Amino acid sequence: MKDTSKDKFIVEGKLVLQLYVSGMSQKSMEAIENIKRLCDEHLQGAFNLEIIDLYKNPDLASQQQIIFSPSLVKQLPLPKKTLIGTFSDTEKTIKGLGIVIKE
Amino acid sequence: MKQISNDVFPKISTGIDGLDEVTGGGFPKDRPTIVCGSAGCGKTLFGIQFLAKGISEHNEPGVFMSFEESKTDLAQNVRSLGIDLEKLIADKKLRIDHVQFERSEIEETGEYDLEALFIRLNHAIESIGAKRVVLDTIESLFGGIDNAAVLRSEIRRLFRWLKEKGVTAVITGERGDKTLTRQGLEEYVSDCVILLDFRVIDQIATRRLRIVKYRGSTHGTNEYPFLIDENGISVLPITSLKLDHKIYKQIISTGLAEIDGLFSKAGVYKGSSILVTGSAGTAKTILASYFTQESCRRNEQTLYFAFEESPEQLVRNVQSVGINLNPFVRSKKLIIHSSRPSLQGLEMHLLILYKMIEQYKPQTVIVDPISSLISIGTAGEVRDMLVRLIDLLKIKGINAFFTSLTHEEGLDQKDQTVNAISSLADTWIDLGNIKQDNQRVRNFRVVKSRGMGHETETRQFIITDKGIKLLGTKENSENNKKSK
Repeated sequence: MKDTSKDKFIVEGKLVLQLYVSGMSQKSMEAIENIKRLCDEHLQGAFNLEIIDLYKNPDLASQQQIIFSPSLVKQLPLPKKTLIGTFSDTEKTIKGLGIVIKE
Repeated sequence: MKQISNDVFPKISTGIDGLDEVTGGGFPKDRPTIVCGSAGCGKTLFGIQFLAKGISEHNEPGVFMSFEESKTDLAQNVRSLGIDLEKLIADKKLRIDHVQFERSEIEETGEYDLEALFIRLNHAIESIGAKRVVLDTIESLFGGIDNAAVLRSEIRRLFRWLKEKGVTAVITGERGDKTLTRQGLEEYVSDCVILLDFRVIDQIATRRLRIVKYRGSTHGTNEYPFLIDENGISVLPITSLKLDHKIYKQIISTGLAEIDGLFSKAGVYKGSSILVTGSAGTAKTILASYFTQESCRRNEQTLYFAFEESPEQLVRNVQSVGINLNPFVRSKKLIIHSSRPSLQGLEMHLLILYKMIEQYKPQTVIVDPISSLISIGTAGEVRDMLVRLIDLLKIKGINAFFTSLTHEEGLDQKDQTVNAISSLADTWIDLGNIKQDNQRVRNFRVVKSRGMGHETETRQFIITDKGIKLLGTKENSENNKKSK
């Protein structure tokens, strides 16, 4: 186990994330903003976030099995998870990403 | 069935045999249609066939968005029906997108929509220029997420979007408890809703199709039986009893000169129907075989549906009375189709009859005995079904010959069949088998023959190895009284 945060958060390995959005919609913008903030605040570089606009890469939607937008796919560490929505629910998002809060 | 002319909006062929007739031309063009039914009712096949026929018959590419089965499974399932999905995909005529999701892998963290699915679908449509789309079964998404309200409004948006996109869509849905589809999708689609039903009645599986709704279009409200066989789905359209079929004045022989002689026109009308009733062993099949032989001799394509004997058995048995059907079987003038009545439901048999009639385009059809079919149907349906069959034969001007097994007592104890079709048959011959002086005596009576005079006396006959021989009239005056 590798402690990648200062002291508060523990995550197993580097998080590999892909955020699929549909253009510049309000939900897309909100999601991008929320996930960036969350990652910056809590993960301090221990993540790799790629943002993909499905309008520009429609092939990826079926290849990656994206149904809802926005969708955040956590490729690594396993298990694979898909978080859908704007990540306004921080607690659920953190839990979904498998980030453990250290007391 | 005539196409309804006052329909204002265009329709496109469904690719399902018989369904275009029932819907007066097909599905509403560029609009979504809902096809719903319980598990195993044939929804998926319905969708595949709609696309495959759209490609092969109208060169309209199609997109199949599957929420359940994988591409491989779909291809495997329809291969036996002669549909090669892989080839259609390779030819860029078909695109299958399998939408997969795992409930446990999804976490809802805020607001979302189905835009990604729209993008997927749009991309699939654009990539091949699709005109037809099938969504099978989009309701599965409800199992994947908690927020059903969002999904509902998004699906509603999807239906609107499909309309704007100008594609004709078939959306399948699983039957719900109180609604036609689990999530009540039928409320979103106001144009066309079709219900497929799969029932087992008396251990016989029957499939039915009903058009629940078809806005702006007249449609049959009946339930139509449908069949899934090696050619896919076909619907049995119910031709209404119209008495405007073509009438023939030509006379054809029954195959036995002596019997022809009982009719004032020395035979029966072409394109008419003959019913032969009688108890077991009264030579109904022999009479049918004479008719068959005569038809083949006229060089007519003849279809013989045998529900009690195999083709070989039938040919052998009638050979013993001097009727040789073998050459006709070999030359394919005569097609004998045997099947056990109990294997399938009444509709299925009728559908097979219909399909074979379509395939072989016979001039003469024999059903021996038609009472076998009746024993497997429920009383109410029987008459309708027979009316439809006789109607079809009439419309096509086919000579029809039905035999029917009755009880020993003959006509006094009225049978279902007799009730059902005697009024529809143009000529009715009743055969009897009575005990006389310790001997079984066979007798023959023409009960009716429309449009011509006929012998009214009951005639006795014997069967020799040369065939049926009618005996003189005078000696049998006693019997005649009996049978009055």
